[in-house]
Amino acid sequence: MPDLVRNPQLNADGELTHLLTLEGLPAPVITNILDTAMPFVGIAEREVKKVPLLRGKAVFNLFFENSTRTRTTFEIAAKRLSADVINLNIGVSSTTKGETLLDTVDNLVAMDADIFVVRHAQSGAPHLIAAHLNAHGRSHVHVVNAGDGRHSHPTQGLLDLYTIRHYKKEFHNLTVAIVGDVLHSRVARSLIHGLTTLGTPEVRVVGPKTLLPSKVESLGVRVFHDMREGLKGCDVVVMLRLQNERMNGALLPSAGEYFKHYGLTPDKLALARPDVIVMHPGPMNRGVEIDSAVADGERAVILPQVTFGIAVRMAVMSIIAGN
Amino acid sequence: MPQPSQIPDAEATLVALAERMRPAVAFDAAFVGIYSGGAWIADRLAQMIPGEHPVGHIDVSFYRDDFARSGLKSGAKRSALPFDVEGATIILVDDVLYTGRSVRAAINELFDYGRPARVELAVLVDRGGRELPVEATYCGVRLAVARNLSLVLAKDEERLSFGVERAADA
Repeated sequence: MPDLVRNPQLNADGELTHLLTLEGLPAPVITNILDTAMPFVGIAEREVKKVPLLRGKAVFNLFFENSTRTRTTFEIAAKRLSADVINLNIGVSSTTKGETLLDTVDNLVAMDADIFVVRHAQSGAPHLIAAHLNAHGRSHVHVVNAGDGRHSHPTQGLLDLYTIRHYKKEFHNLTVAIVGDVLHSRVARSLIHGLTTLGTPEVRVVGPKTLLPSKVESLGVRVFHDMREGLKGCDVVVMLRLQNERMNGALLPSAGEYFKHYGLTPDKLALARPDVIVMHPGPMNRGVEIDSAVADGERAVILPQVTFGIAVRMAVMSIIAGN
Repeated sequence: MPQPSQIPDAEATLVALAERMRPAVAFDAAFVGIYSGGAWIADRLAQMIPGEHPVGHIDVSFYRDDFARSGLKSGAKRSALPFDVEGATIILVDDVLYTGRSVRAAINELFDYGRPARVELAVLVDRGGRELPVEATYCGVRLAVARNLSLVLAKDEERLSFGVERAADA
C-alpha cells in the first residue's frame, strides 16, 4: 500500500509501530495491547519489578507540555522494561532557542533514540514526528503519543479500556457514561474511539452544552445534559477533570454551580447500576467534578487505573519496539 | 514428515517420566511449568508424584533472546508462582527440550522472584540440538527430530498428545 494511504501507525504487515491515536486502530490491535498488558500487571507484584525486553534501548520522554503523572508512569514503564530513560523538558530548552520540532527530533535520533514519548499542546505533533521518521528511513525509531492538544491521549484511553475489561470482562453489554468537559478532553475522544471499536453498545456523554463538542453524536455517542438521566443504568462512569482555566472563558458560571449539576455525588451515583465502577483520569478536583465520598468510596477504581496504566504503557512500548 | 509410529505417545511418556522422578524428587519440591505444554505437564506431575508440590506456571515471552529479531509474540500469559521462590527446590518442567533457550529464559525469570535453593529440569522429550549448555535432570524419552520439524504438544480434554509441524523458521 502506498505510504500516503496507509495508517501511519502500522507497518506494511499491519503491525503497530507507532501509537498515535485509537481512532482507526483495528480492534485486534487494541485487544492485543490489552492482552499483552495483563502479564505485565504481574511484574509489579514480584521481588524484581523488571524484565529485560528493552535492555539497551533508549526511551526519550519529549514533553513539550507539563505533566508529572503521565511522564512518571511512562518513565516507570520504560525502566521496568530495562530501557534507559532520558527526560527532556523541551518547553524550557531548545524550542525557546528557536530550534524546530523536527530538528530537535533529528538531533535526538543522532543520539540513538529508539522510542519517543511525545506530549505536545499542538494536536498532530506526534503524527508529524512519526511521518518524518518514516519518510527519512528511520522507521526503527518509534513514537508514542502521550497527549496532543485536544486530539488524542491513546495510552490513557487504553488504560481506561483495560480497567473496564478488568472489572466488567466484556464490552458488548455495557453502558458507559463519560461526564464533564468532553470539549477540551483528549482523554474522552480516545476512550470513545476505543469503546466503539471494541463494540460497546451504548456510550453516553454527559455535560453542559458549553462543554460538549458540537456534533459529538457523529462519534456514535448519546448526549445527555441532565446528569441524573445520563447516569441511569450505567455500568461504568468516567468523570473528566474540569480544568480550572475553563471558568475564566465564560463557559461556566462557577465551580460550585458546576458541582451542583455535574458533580458526582453518592445520590447521583445511586441511579447507576449497583455494581457500577467510577473512573477518573486524574488529577481530581474534589468538590468540583467529584465528591470525596465517591472518590474514596467502594465503587471507585481510580487508583487501580494508575497501576494498570504502567502495565499498559509497558505493553505498548514492547509491542512497537519489536515491530 | 515422520510416520505416526515415530511420534512419541505423550501419555505413556508422561508415565515413564513420573516413574523416573518418583524416587528422586524432594517431598516439597515445587513444579514450575513453562507455558503452554510444560504447564500442562507440571499440573499432571504434581498429582502423580507423592509429596506436597506447589505448582507454578511461567511464560518466558519477556525473557526470550529473539525479541530483537522477531518482536513480542501475542498471547503472552501471566506468570504465576504461588509460593516463595526464595530457598525453594524447583523443578522446571517443559514438554520438549531442544536448543535450551527457553530453559535459559525461564531460569532468568525464576531468579527475578527470588533465589531458589536448587533448580532441576524435567522434560517429556529431549530432541537434541542444544545451543546452550543445558541438560535435563529427568527425561521421558530421547528422540532425534529433523531440524525443519517441530514437536508440538496438544491437550484435548485432559489427554496429552504430540503432533509434528513444520518449524516456523525452517
